[in-house]
Amino acid sequence: MIFTEPRVLADEFERVTGWRLRPEGLCRGDRCVPFRSDHGMVELAAAAAALTMPLVHDDAHALWALGAEAGGRALRSAIAPELELPDFRGGSFRLSSLRGMKVLLVAWASW
Amino acid sequence: MWQELRTELRPRGLEIVTVALDARGRETAGPWISKAAPYHPSLIDEAHVVDALFGVVNVPSGIWIDEKGIIVRPPEPAHPRRPTFLDRVAPPDASPAERERIGLVKALHVEAERYVAALRDWASSENGRKSPYALSADEVVRRSRPRPIEEATAAAHFALGQALHSRGDLAAGIEHFREAHRLHPTNWTYRRDAWSLAGADRESVYGTSWVDEVKREGVENYYPRLRL
Repeated sequence: MIFTEPRVLADEFERVTGWRLRPEGLCRGDRCVPFRSDHGMVELAAAAAALTMPLVHDDAHALWALGAEAGGRALRSAIAPELELPDFRGGSFRLSSLRGMKVLLVAWASW
Repeated sequence: MWQELRTELRPRGLEIVTVALDARGRETAGPWISKAAPYHPSLIDEAHVVDALFGVVNVPSGIWIDEKGIIVRPPEPAHPRRPTFLDRVAPPDASPAERERIGLVKALHVEAERYVAALRDWASSENGRKSPYALSADEVVRRSRPRPIEEATAAAHFALGQALHSRGDLAAGIEHFREAHRLHPTNWTYRRDAWSLAGADRESVYGTSWVDEVKREGVENYYPRLRL
C-alpha cells in the first residue's frame, strides 16, 4: 500500500487500503477502529498506529508504504477481506462480486 | 492449469479466481494466462497484496470462500494435479549443483489428489450437507499464519521494492526486497519474485539461492502437509 505523501485525503486512503473514514473512526467490513481525522485528511503515521500497520518511509524516493496488520493472526476473522485487483486484460475485479458462489482463490506465479 | 477443474465445478456453483503474484505484472504473467485462455477471473497482483491480506507465503496456494463471503479454508498448498517437476530426471551431464537442485525439487511434498478430492466434495455440498473440509470460523483464524510485527513490516518493504522497480529503479528496490526477505525469511513469494527480477545475477545480488533457503528451512516445510 504505497503513498507519495505522508498526509492524504480520506478517499485516497480508502482507495489504497480499503479503510473508510467514518464518524466512528476508520472502518472496513464489520470493523471500526477509533480515529480522529484532520478535516477529511488522514495522517499516515496516525493511521498506522491506529490500525497496527507498520509504516515504512523511503526518504530518498519520497514514498511511504503501509504493511500488513501486525499482531494476532494473518486472518483477524473468517470474513473474507475485499480484494480488488486488475484482471489480465486491465479491467478491475472485486472479490465481493462473486458473493453467492463458492470461490477458490488461487495464488500462482510465472517465476 | 485450473481451467479443467473450473469447467467441471462451475456448474456446481464454484468459481475459480487465479491471482498472479508477479511484480512485472502482465509482462510476465500475461503470456501464461493468454495460453491458458481461462474463462475464470485471472488477476494480477504486482505488490503481493494477497500475502498481506490472507497470509499467503508460497505458490500455489488456495483459499476457500463460501457463498456468504466467509473463508472456510485459509491459505494452503493447492496443486490441481501432480506437477511434472516431481518426475524430473537429472541429465547425464548435470552439474552436482543441478543434481542437488533437482533432488530437492523432487523431494517437495505435493498432495494434488487429496486436495482436488476435498475441493470436489466442498463444491458439491449444498444446504443441509456441510462438507467436512469446510472449517469453522474459529479454526480458519487459528490456522492462518501468525502475523508478528516483522512479517507485517516485510509487506511494506516488498511493496516499496515493487513500486521502485515499476518506476525503473530496481537497484533501490533491491534494498527493500532484501529487508523484506530478512524480516520474513519464509515468505517464498517475496523471495522468488525478487530473485526473478534480478535475473541471472540473483545469487550474487541476494547472497543466497533457492537451494540454500530450502535446505535452511527444511524441504518438508516448503509445501506443508495438508490438514484435511
